[in-house]
Amino acid sequence: MTALTAAPPELLMRATNLNAAYSADGTRDVPAVDAVSLEVPRGQILGLAGESGCGKSTLGNTLAMIANPPLYVLSGTLEIAGLTIDLSTLDKGADARHRPHRGQIVSMLPQGAMNSISPTLRIRDLVCDVVRAHDRSKSRSDALDLARDRLTMLGMPVRVLDQYAHQLSGGMRQRMVTVISTLLNPQLLIADEPTSALDVSSQKALIEMLIHMVDEKIMGGAIFITHDLPVLSMVTDQLAIMYAGRIVETGPTAELVHSARHPYTSALLAAVLDPTRETRTKTVEGIPGSPPNLANPPTGCRFHPRCPFAMEVCARQDPPLVGEGIHSASCWWAKDHPHETVPLQGVSL
Amino acid sequence: MTSTAHQPWAGATTVQPVLSAKGVTKQFSVAGGHFTAVDDVTVDFHQGKVLAVVGESGSGKSTLARMLLRLLPVTSGQIIYEGRDVTHIRGTELRKYWQDVQAVFQDPFASFNQFFTVGHMFKRSLRLAGQGVDTDELIARCLGYVGLKPDEALPKYPHQMSGGQRQRVMVARALMMNPKVLLADEATSMLDASLRVSVLNVLQDLRRDLGLTVLFITHDIGQACYLADEVIVMEHGLVVERGETDKVIFEPQHEYTKRLLSDVPDLKGSLKHRV
Amino acid sequence: MTGIIPTDALEPRGNEELPHEVAGTDVGTQFTADGSPAAGSAPDSGPTAPKKRRRSGLNVSPRFWVAIVLVAFVMLLAFVGPFVYPYGPNAAAGGLYDPPSAHHWLGTDNFGHDVLGVLIAGSRNSLFNGLLAGVIATTIGVFIGILAGYVGGWLEEALMGITNVVLAIPALIVLILISVSVQNSNISFMKGIVGLALVIGITSWPWTARAVRAQASSVATREHIDIAKLSGARLPSIMALDVFPYLASYIVMAFVLQVASAILAEASLSMLGLGPQGTNSLGIQLHWALAFQAMGSGAWWAFFPPTIILTLVSFALLLLQSSLDEVFNPRLRRGKKKAVKAAAARRAAAARRLASQPVPERATS
Repeated sequence: MTALTAAPPELLMRATNLNAAYSADGTRDVPAVDAVSLEVPRGQILGLAGESGCGKSTLGNTLAMIANPPLYVLSGTLEIAGLTIDLSTLDKGADARHRPHRGQIVSMLPQGAMNSISPTLRIRDLVCDVVRAHDRSKSRSDALDLARDRLTMLGMPVRVLDQYAHQLSGGMRQRMVTVISTLLNPQLLIADEPTSALDVSSQKALIEMLIHMVDEKIMGGAIFITHDLPVLSMVTDQLAIMYAGRIVETGPTAELVHSARHPYTSALLAAVLDPTRETRTKTVEGIPGSPPNLANPPTGCRFHPRCPFAMEVCARQDPPLVGEGIHSASCWWAKDHPHETVPLQGVSL
Repeated sequence: MTSTAHQPWAGATTVQPVLSAKGVTKQFSVAGGHFTAVDDVTVDFHQGKVLAVVGESGSGKSTLARMLLRLLPVTSGQIIYEGRDVTHIRGTELRKYWQDVQAVFQDPFASFNQFFTVGHMFKRSLRLAGQGVDTDELIARCLGYVGLKPDEALPKYPHQMSGGQRQRVMVARALMMNPKVLLADEATSMLDASLRVSVLNVLQDLRRDLGLTVLFITHDIGQACYLADEVIVMEHGLVVERGETDKVIFEPQHEYTKRLLSDVPDLKGSLKHRV
Repeated sequence: MTGIIPTDALEPRGNEELPHEVAGTDVGTQFTADGSPAAGSAPDSGPTAPKKRRRSGLNVSPRFWVAIVLVAFVMLLAFVGPFVYPYGPNAAAGGLYDPPSAHHWLGTDNFGHDVLGVLIAGSRNSLFNGLLAGVIATTIGVFIGILAGYVGGWLEEALMGITNVVLAIPALIVLILISVSVQNSNISFMKGIVGLALVIGITSWPWTARAVRAQASSVATREHIDIAKLSGARLPSIMALDVFPYLASYIVMAFVLQVASAILAEASLSMLGLGPQGTNSLGIQLHWALAFQAMGSGAWWAFFPPTIILTLVSFALLLLQSSLDEVFNPRLRRGKKKAVKAAAARRAAAARRLASQPVPERATS
């Protein structure tokens, strides 16, 4: 696989060998994304899950081409919409021409975006600003027409355009921000924790809207970043589980949720508390220990100090990528136990 | 261990409650009138039980907690602690009440004075509580409850700990005051799932081992389901449903409770119906 | 006058705690404010750890150093000058307006005193006045501000009412009235520079009080205050330990502005002839230069030096105030140039190494 070959037609986006590091004071680099490769098929939503501090937001920023100091992209190729973009040289040299693509090809919905809307602007002003920032040729009324059509299509009230942000509920604000960030039909929408601050009912509304948007081909596909696995299992086609800067397991959502191949995925799943009768009677144990310091990660598999299945080789050597089809895990245990699901009771008692 | 609905004290509802709110109402003045955040709420907390208050944001559940903690004055109604009206106590009496009723809040970073080490904060709390003897032993014991070691935790500043460690330190601080009631106001909502279950397990153990009464405020029905003996569902300041956890969650009566439950994302179910 | 504090200079410049939280949300809860990974830094985390951290990360801009050098220069002139320069301020050293010479570096004034000697004594008194007035104004302002902002309710209304009344009275007129009556009073120590500093101090605290109140009321909503209350802390303890540290950086900046404005206030009053009698200050020096037609007689050396020192001091202090922002607010801090260059080179090398690495292939199971 080289960076030069074009993405196959069924793929919307392919990111290869992404490496990104934080270098805040200029004396030490902290790698936050380590050799990550990702693919998003057209018309699908990919979920990116992991604990806080695992680098999932960093990965999102890197893919959205908005990595700013102290975050530096060391390497990585993004193939999208027929373009091959070297993410490490975005801000200099020949690839600077790709900079305008951020926002248009890949649209980023950052964490807490709904709270960063200026209270002095009406939603329609925000719509005009966003649209005209990317396309000067569009007039104010063009932008508003676009927004009106889009809202009607998604079954949302058009009158919110005349309201101020603080007049809207949190859920409505988050949905509006999402609609606005996709007005220009981006190839890929990256949404970072869009549901985390919302109540369950608003979460559900947002999730349904996102699925609707992908179905209507408003965007080519989406990456949904959150630590909330139940939300991800509702909205995504595929999941990628991240731990300490690396992707440890990827696969179709349903398959991954029912038959995890990586002990970390399994532990995350076990910690989910659904309101079911089973939850009333079981005792769930959290994952022992805490995530590693990324400045000085463990050798071999980064999860081995907390893993109930850790073997001697796990500490010594990077785990192999094991898998069949599109479901794959980086794990020595998975290599020794082909086609087996991690026994949940191994991590939850 | 199993749900405490089957524990010996589960049926002890006839005994006097440790803490109760009687017709508690809170109104805030807003432009052009009043906004009622908590509307005539009556709740009883029984010794050694976990009571969960469930509701969406704006349901008044945190306002209720802050009134019970006497951090916010009530507009009307009474707060009764061990048979005594504590609604308007002040000064020394209030500080005495606060020794018995402790709290853990949502944001473990904001709960810390960032200029103090954990040890400094603990010592200050104990000095103020007038517990001069065996403080080191007490601190070690309380940190032990939450799975932390004194020599590791005490010299740390808040920013040197992870979110889960911070929240566990806050739980240890509350326990150090030897409270009879612990209010956990969204104490686990900012934690990752795996840390969340560790903190919930700590509360579970304390309830079992020390007979601690816990008021667990959350928007997450799953957590209430895991931990609580009784559940109260609040909507717009009103209690719309209350009862044993199994009853409320598995046989909901009120429309709002039903809707809340049906909106909870389900790990094994998917909204995606495309091929 | 007291009004020289630009209100925007006292606007909140962002929250010191934020960088911790931002860093804590992703990559590493282990980040400290200056970004150095601090996990396992338990050994060096004694009670002085935050200070140490701050000092080691002190990558300040040239602005800061310019300000420090200027302030140090004036300090040196004021406090070391008397031991080096042979002429005191009161010695009759020459005639009326002798021009600068090798003996009298800045010539003589209308009394025949050595201008540099007078300037040295005047600078010392002006600085002393500024510092004393600054300390008084900041102390009163911080106390009232924290009390009002933290306690809130009717106390806040009352205190801020008083503050606004004091603020609304034209400060210059009050200063003139009070200082004239003080200078004519029988209390001897009030007649000197100390008296004037007291007067300036107790009339210029409202700005600080207002700015501190706004900050204190935002700190008061933090949950750690509730935790302190639940622990049984009383009002003075909460104000001193839980509110004050959060405002400290802010208060230092407000103090620097108060010092600058007090120095200028003294100069204005003294120049009008309303300042202390029988002593020296930069303003008094200007007063005599004006009174004896220094400008008309071309004796520029009589009024230029104090003007320059005044300008220098207030400029330096304002510069210091704005660069202190960088010291206290890690988000505005930049890396050392050398370190940044080295880091860039290191990153480039890492990128080359990564680019030459083959992408890991999938093993079959």
